[in-house]
Order: sequence, then C-alpha cells, then structure tokens
Amino acid sequence: MSFPKKIVFYFLLLFSAFLLFFPVMYAFMISFMTGGEIMQGKFFPQTFTFDNYFRVFERLPLMKYLINSFVVSAGVMIGQLIVCSMAAYAFVFISFKGRDFIFFLFISTMMIPWEATMIPNFFTIQKLDWTNTYQGLTVPFFALAFGTFLLRQHFKTIPKELFEASQIAGLSRFAFFWRVILPVSKTSLVTLGAYGFLTTWNMYLWPLLVTNNDQVRTVQIGLKQLQSQEVATEWGVVMAGVIVVIIPTLLLLFIGQKQLQKGLTQGALK
Amino acid sequence: MKESSVSLLAKSSIWKKSLNARTALLYLFPSILLFSVFVFYPMFRTIYLSFFLTDQHGSAALFVGLENYTYLLESQAFRNSIKATILFVLYTVPAGVILALFLALIANEKLRGIGFFRTIYSSTMGISVAASSVVWLFLFHPSVGMFNRFLSLMNLPEVQWLLDPDWALLSVSISTIWLNTGFSFLILLGGLQNIDGYLYESAKIDGAGYWYQLRRITIPMLSPTLFFIITISLINAFQSFGQIDILTKGGPSQATNLIVYSIYREAFVNYQFGTASAQAVFLFLCILIVTILQFKFGERKVHYQ
Repeated sequence: MSFPKKIVFYFLLLFSAFLLFFPVMYAFMISFMTGGEIMQGKFFPQTFTFDNYFRVFERLPLMKYLINSFVVSAGVMIGQLIVCSMAAYAFVFISFKGRDFIFFLFISTMMIPWEATMIPNFFTIQKLDWTNTYQGLTVPFFALAFGTFLLRQHFKTIPKELFEASQIAGLSRFAFFWRVILPVSKTSLVTLGAYGFLTTWNMYLWPLLVTNNDQVRTVQIGLKQLQSQEVATEWGVVMAGVIVVIIPTLLLLFIGQKQLQKGLTQGALK
Repeated sequence: MKESSVSLLAKSSIWKKSLNARTALLYLFPSILLFSVFVFYPMFRTIYLSFFLTDQHGSAALFVGLENYTYLLESQAFRNSIKATILFVLYTVPAGVILALFLALIANEKLRGIGFFRTIYSSTMGISVAASSVVWLFLFHPSVGMFNRFLSLMNLPEVQWLLDPDWALLSVSISTIWLNTGFSFLILLGGLQNIDGYLYESAKIDGAGYWYQLRRITIPMLSPTLFFIITISLINAFQSFGQIDILTKGGPSQATNLIVYSIYREAFVNYQFGTASAQAVFLFLCILIVTILQFKFGERKVHYQ
C-alpha cells in the first residue's frame, strides 16, 4: 500500500476508534471525578481516586449482584453447552426417522421472538415457584437453536471414519460423544460458551420480570436501580457502577474476539 | 403359538430398528422439552390469550374473539407505537449496517496494529444495553451532558435530546446504533475475511482501483453476510426494550413507546394480558415476515461462492 493511502487509512481508523470508544472512555473518566468536576464539564479528573467505586459498593449490594450475574451467566453457559452439544450430536451422528422434522422444529424456534412469549413464560416461572431463583433466570435459556447449529456445523467436519473406528474399538455412543467428539470440538464449544456468557450477562428484560428482591438480582438491574436513585450530582458513582459491570464482558471479548468472530460467522452463514 | 412368536420377532426387530431413533431422542430430549415448555407452549398460549380478557393472574376469563385486535387497531396508542417502531427500524437499521460495513472495510486492511482497532470496534458487543443506556443518558443530559456542552461551545441552541418528542426517538436510535455496531462489525469483518484473496490479486493485475474492487468484488461477495446482518438488525430493532426503559420510559408523549415496551407496560403495569398478548402476536408476525423474506429472497438475490 502506498504511503499517502496508508495515512488516509490510519486517519480513518484512529478517528473512528476515537468516536466509537469515546462514550466508554468518558464514562471511565467520570467514574473518577467529584461532583464539582462533572458539573464543570471536565474530561480528565484532577486525581484518580476510587471514592466513587467505594461508594457504589456501599450504595448497592453490588458485590451480591456481581456474584448473581456470574452464577447466572456461568449456569446458562454450561447448560447451553450440554443441551446444545447433545442435540447437535444426535443430528450429525445418529440417522433416524423424523430427523428432518425435528430439525425443522429447531429452525422454527428461531422465528419466535422471546418477547412474544414472555407473558406465558412469566406465569410458568411463577407456577413453578421459580421467581427469585437461579433456575428461573437460567433454565429457560438452556436450549438454543443457534447454538445447536453452530456445534452441528463443527461436528459435521469430523470424519465419519472416526465414528466407525470407535465402534470397532468397542466404544459406546456416549463414550464416543464424551471422549472423542467434545475434545476435538473445543474451539466451537469455547465460542458458544463465550457467546452464551456474554449474552446472559447482558440480559435485561427477563431478570427485570422474574426478580423482585436482591436475592438473585443481576448487575444489569442494579444499574437501573442506581440510575433511578441518583440525582445529577452523583453521576460519578453511577459511572463507577457502569465500569464495574462492563469490565468482565469487555475482558472476555478482548480475549476471545478472534475466536468469537470466526465462530459466529461460521454458525451464522453456513 | 407360532403366530405369537412371529409377532414377538417382529416386535423385537421394530424395537431394534428403532434403536437409533430412541437413542437420538434421548440426546434431543432436553432441547425438545425446553423448547416445548419455553417456546412452543407459550407461543400458542399467547395466541390463545389474545382472544380473551384475562384476570390479574393471566388466566383467560372471557372470550372476546377478535375484539382485542380490533381494539388495538383503533387505539391511538397502539398505532403510535407501531409508527414509532417503524421509524426506529428506519433510523437504526440502514445507518447501523452502513457504519458497521465502513468499519469492517477499514479494519480489513493489512496494516500494522490493525488488531487494536478491531478490538475497539467490536468492543460495544461486550457492553450491555443497561450500561450503554446509562452512559448515553448522561451524554444526553440537558445541562451536564456532552452533546449540549458541545452545542453551546459552537454557539448553537441546546436540544432537549430525550425530552423533546421530535428528538427523543432519534436520540434513542443513535445510542442503539452505537450499541449494535460491535456485533455487526464482527460478523461483517468475518465475511470480508472469507473472501478469496485471489480475486483481488487478479483484479489488481487488471489495474482495478479501490472503488472498482469494492463495487465489483467486495460488495457482491459480501452480500450473504450483509443480508444476514440486515435481517438480524431488523429483528433486533423490533425487540429493543432496555434502552427505552432506561432512557425514556416510552415518553415523551409516547414518542418512543416501541412495541416490546408497549407489550411490557400493557402486561406488567396495566395487567391487560389479553391486549398485551394481541400485541405480542403482532410482534411475532412482524418477525415472521422478516424471517420468511430472508429465506425466500435471501438465497436468490445474493451471490454465493
């Protein structure tokens, strides 16, 4: 690439990066500011004190919320990995009558938006007595058509000979699934796991519906509480809360960005 | 005696033949059970409830036929919500896809340090709708917010971003576009990287410029990914809720009362589960149409390798 062309691209890259990351940067800066500094409209805080961070943990049971979010996200992640990998295994390695029909059923779930079914689901959770429980926040999300397709895509690349060889070696179906298929599919499992964790951590509407006390409430609802409690002068505390909430998922994304991109494109398009 | 042994034999062979189906069902059972309880049953239940008036516990109380639907179609509030949703889709989808495409194009160049930019561009995917909305709530703040500070710096009149009915939906759309950029960018970048580099090399030999390559190679080859991301963005736009709940609560004067927010309020604030279900059916139909259109035209109109 020619030198002037490079300059143009670097300018575009830097400018876009600045614009796109500005809200996060700004929130980060504000989380260190005093009320007075925020009113003056400064961009850099005078000193980097963690006062706002201490205060947000006093104001809300934020630690409890963080643990809740972690338990719920990890729970959905593990549940999805188990349920989806089992289904994908059946679709790829077992030929049976009615497979196409069941596959069609899976596809059809993708056309039903979660929000269109939330009213009966809310009552189901109530009847199961799962309001304010981890089960209520996790179990409804274990089955995922997208996740099944993503894993199915990867399982299909595993040579059928491996299956035949395993049968000759006297491996049971489950042993083949557990000891051969899952280990060689690590990358797809990691992709789906990261995706599941990320989307669950960021979930908003469902936790809002099925929690009404601090017992299992997640950080996202904590942010809503924080924002509705605070008056304008306390924005530093609010932003400290925001930073605490986004750090785990940003870290996860930064580590797994390449992997996630590859996995999602495959799952989505092929 | 003979007969029974034959039938026994037949039975056992059916039993054997169905071995595969039975094992498959065992592996599929968790998915099927969960889909039945949390997707199929509630979908039918929603349709069923949309023909009834309900009590406070969401049980069907009085059959009213299509009255919930006719009520909705005549209701100013619902029409308003439809209008807001359509406008919201128009504001967010084209702009969001174009922005993400632009970012994916510049981040697909082979330059030093490009990994850093890719990470930054995909970063909003790791940010929740609640966190993003709280940050934007501050940016839009009438007095301390950055936008109005910037405007007054330029000697322009201040804007009541979230409080002015003419601006509120646009403001919410801006924050939504920002939030969705990360995901769209990541998918489009993946699509770009899947394009065979050989195509560009032969174009270069023919002396084709950047724009020519973009028009004749990149966009056609990227069309399946583009189409996919447009569909996902459309569906996402229809499903938006968190930003409304935190930024505007559907106001001012219902200018941002998007359909999911409207369903939420109707069901869990007003306890009108019948009309809420009718709205949910409407949402379902909208998304169904989008998905069917994708299946129908997506495959034909776009270029596959």
